[in-house]
Formats: sequence, C-alpha cells, structure tokens
Amino acid sequence: MKVRVFVSLKNGVLDPQGRAIHHALEGLGFSGVNDVRAGRMIELDVDATVTDEALDDMARKLLANMVIENYRIERVA
Amino acid sequence: MSFTAAVITFPGSNCDRDMAVAIEEISGGTVHRVWHGDADLPEGLDFIALPGGFSYGDYLRSGAMAARSPVMQAVVRAAERGVAVLGVCNGFQVLTEAGLLPGALMRNAGIRFVCRDVALKVETSQSLFTSGYDAGERIHIPVAHHDGNYYADAETLDRLEGEGRVAFRYAEPVNGSQRDIAGVLNDRGNVLGMMPHPERMIEAAQGGTDGRVLFESVVRGLVAA
Repeated sequence: MKVRVFVSLKNGVLDPQGRAIHHALEGLGFSGVNDVRAGRMIELDVDATVTDEALDDMARKLLANMVIENYRIERVA
Repeated sequence: MSFTAAVITFPGSNCDRDMAVAIEEISGGTVHRVWHGDADLPEGLDFIALPGGFSYGDYLRSGAMAARSPVMQAVVRAAERGVAVLGVCNGFQVLTEAGLLPGALMRNAGIRFVCRDVALKVETSQSLFTSGYDAGERIHIPVAHHDGNYYADAETLDRLEGEGRVAFRYAEPVNGSQRDIAGVLNDRGNVLGMMPHPERMIEAAQGGTDGRVLFESVVRGLVAA
C-alpha cells in the first residue's frame, strides 16, 4: 500500500525557499498570495503489515528533522 | 605521545584531503582515512574530523544520510567516550543530524550559495579547539555553503550562550544564522561544528593562517593531556 509522508517546516522557522517562491509568484503577476511555505512529500510503498508506529518511527528517525520540521502521515488506499 | 586522527570520507565529501593534509602537517602525527561504510574506527584515535562536501548529494537534507551511515554510529560512540570531534561545513550538518550538536542548518536566508572569506569573532578561548585564540579576536576564514543558516529554538540558543558553547560568530552578514552563530560546542566541549573552513587557512599561500591556530590548539590540548 502507498503511504504519503508530508514534511513541513515548523511555525516560526524562517523558510527562505518559500519566500523566494512567493516573490516569483508576485513576479509572474499573481496577486493575493499572503505567504508561501515549501515542504516535501515522500511516498512510500509498504507492506500492509507495516504499523503506524513503525511509520512514525521512520518519520522521526530519518524523514523529518524534528528540530525544524513537522510531519503528517497519510495512508493511501 | 604521537597524535592519531581519522578523517571520514562520505560519498560526495570533497574537503577530506585538505582536512587530512592540515591535520598531518600541523600535528606531525598519523591521519587515517576512513570510508563511510566502515563500521569500526581505527584504534587509539585522539581526533576525528568530518570534512566538508556534499555527502550523499545532500539528498533529503544536508548531512541527513551521512548521519545514519555505519561509520557515524562509531563516531557517536567515540564522541561519547570523549574523543575530540570536529565537523566542518557538511561535517557540521552531519553532527547536528546525528544529534551530537543541537540545532539544524537550513538554507541560507539569501537563498544563494555563499563562497568567500568571512570575518569571524572568536567567542571563547576556553575550549580545546579555540585555546590558541583570544576571546573576542577577529579572524578571517572562508565559507562555502548553501545550507549554513543555523537554527535552534530560543531556549537552546540561550543555553548555548550561557554555557559558553558558541565558539565562533560571524562578524558580518553571511547566511541568516540565529544570533550570527558560526560554530558551536557540545556540552562536554569535545565536539565542535562550524561552517567556516579552517583547513583552508593553514599557510600564508592560502591567504592567511587563522585556521591553523584551531588545529594547533587541538594538538597542544590533546598531546599535553
């Protein structure tokens, strides 16, 4: 089964990449964008036997850096 | 006593040879070159250096993959035993990812890769790595990084400052680091991570010798011990 792990910067952590994307959007003439935060999505293909606890462990030990990032796990049917 | 050091090479390290030459020339000792896949370090090490570069192509996050490589488990154990560990640039990123130093190194605030000599202020001379400098001294050492923007929460930053664990600060704007932090020590003082490259300033032909002092301090401190 497919699992998606969304990794995003914690609130309050400056995101230079998001800010650059924001500027680029403005440069293209898009208005009304108040803020941009960039993250990453990691898709795993796992056995159905892989538990939520194991996925959590994967996120904490490698996929996210808990000093600066949060993560959210979503199982995709 | 002869000085014995190891320089770790990860796939994508590119300052490992400079680091080995600097340590060899300044210590007159033995420098082992250790590959990332090795599970064990050589016996009797006084000093371990993690060099700059782009280990594992900076995949996932700078230093993230290297921090989970077999050799890093051995480096963590050695650091816990009190062996001196220096991480420069990517080596600093690896040390934070491995949990040996607090905080994280994020993309430079100005987005651009920064590659130039920068002015640093030595914050403490009370460490193995900085005993040869004067506290408050201004030195010049090159940086070359994309992810050197040091981040830690306010509580951690206060603790680092209160415990004299900020080794160097930038004396000019470089990368947006919190409180201009360029290098930090662990609580025991035997692990230093820094973004600037001291191994690139060890002889006059390189434009200065401000980096040489760091290696001289380490050698003096460890050989006397």
